[in-house]
Amino acid sequence: MLNSLVLGIESSCDETSVAIVKDGYRVLANETASQMALHSRYGGVVPEVASRQHLESLPLLVTEVLKQAQVTFDDLTGIAVTGMPGLIGALLVGVSAAKGLAFTLHLPLAMIHHIEAHLYAVQLDSDPVLFPALGLAVSGGHTELYHMEGWGQYRLLGSTRDDAAGEAFDKVAKLMGLGYPGGPIIEKLAKNAPQVTEKFSVSRMKDKSQDFSFSGLKTAVSLEIKKTPLQSEKDREHLAAKFQNTILEEISKRVRIALEEFQPKSLVVGGGVACNQALREALKKEAEPFKTVLRVPPPKYCSDNGAMIAGLGAYQISQGRISSLSATAASRSTFY
Amino acid sequence: MLKTSFNCDTVELTHQLGLMIGQKAKPGDIWSLSGPLGAGKTQFVKGLAKGLGFEGMVTSPTFTLQHIYESPIPLYHFDWYRLNQSKEVEDLGWMEWLGRGGVVAVEWGDKFPKLLPPATINLSFEILSEEGRRLSVEAAHPESIPRVEELILCWPP
Repeated sequence: MLNSLVLGIESSCDETSVAIVKDGYRVLANETASQMALHSRYGGVVPEVASRQHLESLPLLVTEVLKQAQVTFDDLTGIAVTGMPGLIGALLVGVSAAKGLAFTLHLPLAMIHHIEAHLYAVQLDSDPVLFPALGLAVSGGHTELYHMEGWGQYRLLGSTRDDAAGEAFDKVAKLMGLGYPGGPIIEKLAKNAPQVTEKFSVSRMKDKSQDFSFSGLKTAVSLEIKKTPLQSEKDREHLAAKFQNTILEEISKRVRIALEEFQPKSLVVGGGVACNQALREALKKEAEPFKTVLRVPPPKYCSDNGAMIAGLGAYQISQGRISSLSATAASRSTFY
Repeated sequence: MLKTSFNCDTVELTHQLGLMIGQKAKPGDIWSLSGPLGAGKTQFVKGLAKGLGFEGMVTSPTFTLQHIYESPIPLYHFDWYRLNQSKEVEDLGWMEWLGRGGVVAVEWGDKFPKLLPPATINLSFEILSEEGRRLSVEAAHPESIPRVEELILCWPP
């Protein structure tokens, strides 16, 4: 990966993000359309959820990151793009742009798995991961636990059977009449009620699977609110804490079982929910007895971003895993 | 217009109703699912997918917006929970997916009723108890009414 300079494109769902990463880990520029002031800087309205948003933002972002990184197209050594999983229309915008760049600049193309990139994000501006590792991807759309022998060598241990962890946070916040996104609001409320150790009793899965399930918890919260309506801030703090305790235990429990089984060197966490400080603390507590190092990216690399795509792209290209220009995007796919 | 309702006392029964609908489904069927959070819409779609012959994992598309399940008759699973304007639905290629010969299930379909074709069967979920649900069905189109009549004949299982 030494001396590589890869441009990475992420457009699998809501966010359009482009980044330039040097040597597979140093982020020279990383810009995301919804976060930068595209409206004011370039004028025009960017619709919330649409392939068109990606289409409109992408060229602007590419120009912007080249400028920020103080490089030109000629300096690049590779192009990386999210190829799966995601919304097919949204993915295709990124993939088409990446193919166009790779073709015209005569550069190798790397198609990246979005979830794998979320885990790779811990290496951005940081040290390489020590393997074997456990990988936990927790976001609005995904909740998955992997055993990892190295990048590109995975075994899925469990995934959600219904809602993703981030979705559970958002929907419970909605049930409680709170704002969006729900994760940070619930975390803040729960923080004010550290004395609450209560949890919801959620029906266990009937088999011995390592899969996650959060939809029962959502129903339990909605029934509790129906039974005892929330009246004060104290009520809300109490319920938020009780919910967060339950969801963190659901995640921790599965991580604990996997730690016992594999005694990995690292526990790698990625995805938007990895921003949750209480989750970080809970996982740290689980990892310590096994002398497993907890690795979590800084918040800017937890949510969807182009840097994780560029970083993993540099790695894949260095391993000779180069995608053909006829490769195409896939809405759902597994990489284990 | 044909209106009826099915009582599902357990999660398994909600799943079973989906399964039966999946087994009898024909390409082009469209189901709009509505009802509060935690009412069992995704559970129902799990059954529907299984009935169509899909063996893999079926999860909530709230964040991912659309899942495609490659069964003998493909299932296109949409979720409009996060969408606020009909334009956003259209930009996701909604109209194109309708004409592809699959079965369409759209959670929170009642958010944009104007985007649902006339043959859509509306299924609304009501929470009665921890697991008990009432599923009310409404079909208005000559093509969709027989689907519901069929269902009445074989429920409860």
